[in-house]
Amino acid sequence: MVNGLEKETVKKATREGYGDALLELGKEYQNVVVLDADLAKSTQSYKFKETYPDRFFDCGVAEQSMMGTAAGLAASGMICYTGSFAIFATGRAFEQVRNTIAYSNLNVKICPSHAGITVGEDGASHQTVEDIALMRAIPDLKVIVPADYYEAKAAVKAAAKIDGPIFIRMGRPKIPMIFNENYEFEFGKVLKLREGKDVTICAIGIMVGTGLEAADKLAKEGIEAEVLNIHTIKPLDEEAILKSVKKTGVVVTVEEHSVIGGLGGAIAEILGKRMPSPMEMVGIKDTFGTSGSPAELINYFGLSSKDIVAAVKSVLMRKA
Amino acid sequence: MKREELESFLKEKARILRRDIIKMIGEAGSGHPGGSLSAADIIATLYFYHMQHDAKNPSWPDRDRFVLSKGHACPVLYAALAECGYFEREVLWTLRKLGSILQGHPDMKKVPGIEISSGSLGQGLAAANGMALASRLTGRDYKVYTMIGDGESQEGEIWEAAMLAAHYKLDNLVAFLDCNNLQIDGPVCEIMNIKPVVNKWRAFGWHVFDIDGHDVLQIVDTLKAVDEVKGRPSMIVAHTIKGKGVSFMENVCGFHGKAPNREQMEIALKELS
Repeated sequence: MVNGLEKETVKKATREGYGDALLELGKEYQNVVVLDADLAKSTQSYKFKETYPDRFFDCGVAEQSMMGTAAGLAASGMICYTGSFAIFATGRAFEQVRNTIAYSNLNVKICPSHAGITVGEDGASHQTVEDIALMRAIPDLKVIVPADYYEAKAAVKAAAKIDGPIFIRMGRPKIPMIFNENYEFEFGKVLKLREGKDVTICAIGIMVGTGLEAADKLAKEGIEAEVLNIHTIKPLDEEAILKSVKKTGVVVTVEEHSVIGGLGGAIAEILGKRMPSPMEMVGIKDTFGTSGSPAELINYFGLSSKDIVAAVKSVLMRKA
Repeated sequence: MKREELESFLKEKARILRRDIIKMIGEAGSGHPGGSLSAADIIATLYFYHMQHDAKNPSWPDRDRFVLSKGHACPVLYAALAECGYFEREVLWTLRKLGSILQGHPDMKKVPGIEISSGSLGQGLAAANGMALASRLTGRDYKVYTMIGDGESQEGEIWEAAMLAAHYKLDNLVAFLDCNNLQIDGPVCEIMNIKPVVNKWRAFGWHVFDIDGHDVLQIVDTLKAVDEVKGRPSMIVAHTIKGKGVSFMENVCGFHGKAPNREQMEIALKELS
């Protein structure tokens, strides 16, 4: 059993972990500064704004300016956290993140919320399915996708101790807890949540809980799935992944993101080079999102535990 | 220093910068002479007279900052930094070459004295805003100077940043608009007109000065006047000549991003001697 692993009945969103972590960081670090782009209520940075108004700057609906301002603050010794929605932080302001923040290796933590299709009713314009791919492709930019409230909170706090730019992906929906307040986040390390010998399920974000659920279902059919939480997509803990795949022989990746360029892409890159193995990808199949409730959309886009079970069975057919 | 002495001192510094710009870009075989030459008098006034900075201690926390938002004009900044002693003059002749600290556009990780990497137009002003806000948080009494181009003013982020600076009343922020009237594809007024530019910045809540960007004493006086502006950022619209100081480059659009050949370099250096 992993230390800090627990199932609670209460649900919370990863973005709430962001908001609560900022409060603690504000107390601990005098040089933590928070920016948002008119979305402080959504991202939960409003809590920091209320408690530390002098260190919070709303940049208005202007994400590019926000990223540039963050860069300037970081260049002057601040640890700067930025909010907004993932589509705007990584899409609209991609080039500001790339050229002014990442190229300069500045201490900016890009922590937007509302990533993926579980934004829900707002629809495709606000549902980013390519943010991980965009951020992962930027040289030296670190990428974290937390699985629940506690992991989000721990990752946001850990980021303050890591010098340089980091992207941390937050989500809108309240989701079940996987961890508890004792959880210790280890940057850059794969976290094995369940032992198994038949198949490796690599999951990120809100899909980690779904991956565990699928593993429970598979166990009832006599299939032992190993579940890995790949919270740090970059740098990727290649050895831990290869060790698991060496044992199981097959992989299923699970993400609330396009199958192009995200977790599936990252795992395929290392397996293709170092351990070619049968693989299935559960994710958004190169398509835009659509309006609907988060629960409906999870089913609509094939991201349910049933879909993971089906993918596992499919990949097992290809096992040598 | 008497005004006449100051004037000739700064003119001489600007001449040195212009010579170095030509030699650097000539040796590199590529680069942007036009917008570097237009900015030389402003850069000379900032670095050799007005700004508080220390080449021996580039990360001095109380230093004034300068952000070159129009990063392609970096030869003029590199030349000024070398003349101040941030690095050896010999380094100038490595511009744009593999392994050089002097990249085609400024890299803060490589060059002492570069406050932020720039080159992608429109981004430096926002970064300057961040530095100006930081002084408020740290209680350090420095000023942030930045320079944008007139072509660059077509970028939307400039106006986002213009709003932010006025909203947060950043009176420790001073921007120059190097109005040399030309961009890569032609005259600014034909490619995408930015006029009336003085009114635009006033409407955005800035205190605007309208000056001759080659008159060093006017630059000196304006920078002094800026210190009296309270509660809002200052924009110095500086009217300049692209390619200033080299007869065959002045007001010639083609020298925005083209290096002089050997013969042209010789003529230009003679004109600047």
